[in-house]
Amino acid sequence: MTTAGRDPGLQPERTRLAWRRTTLSCTVVALLAVRQALHGGAGPAAIVAVSLSALAWLGFLRVAHLRVLGMGTARPRLLSARGALTAAACTVALAVFATAMLF
Amino acid sequence: MNEFVQGLRLWFAPERIREEGDTPDYRFSLANERTFLAWIRTALALIGGGFAVDQFLPELAWGVRAGLALALLAAGVLCALRAVNHWVRCERAMRRGEDLPVSRFPTLLALAVAVVAVAMVVVVLFGWEGR
Repeated sequence: MTTAGRDPGLQPERTRLAWRRTTLSCTVVALLAVRQALHGGAGPAAIVAVSLSALAWLGFLRVAHLRVLGMGTARPRLLSARGALTAAACTVALAVFATAMLF
Repeated sequence: MNEFVQGLRLWFAPERIREEGDTPDYRFSLANERTFLAWIRTALALIGGGFAVDQFLPELAWGVRAGLALALLAAGVLCALRAVNHWVRCERAMRRGEDLPVSRFPTLLALAVAVVAVAMVVVVLFGWEGR
């Protein structure tokens, strides 16, 4: 990170912190999903549900981590649409698991 | 409708965004990205609320509980999908030098959250327990 070309609004830092906040929110939801899955005991269905929730969480974590690394430069590149789609897809996946576990 | 399909195509072929207009100041793109993340957090909060209704209100009748949880989860899914759509549209508008897109989605979301809140108040006041 160069100090000369850094913008005074600290946009990359703010964006990095926004990714971190979002990852933390995702972690809370994933933990709720695991709690829900293990509610009825640890049967085979529960193991599958826990694994799928962990997968969605890891997918989100990967996108966020790559993006946080990308924020290390003074002039970060545009967020890729694939990254945005993956983040949204992991969010939707958690909602779908929640719906599935309702029944 | 045509514009919606066009936007949907942009979701999966992001390099097309770069074909038109000029690259905006990177700070504007980052601000757009933060707005996207804020919407994703809203979606995650709604989904977390759906989980919470199901897990922490066991004395509610099943129908009421499932209805509330489904409403919150559906709102969360819509919010996440709309976050991507809005991000793409804002990015494109900035490249073309157009006005940023306006939307009635925040109003609809606020109304949906208000309905869920009123439903909770009714449930608490009249105690629809699982009998």
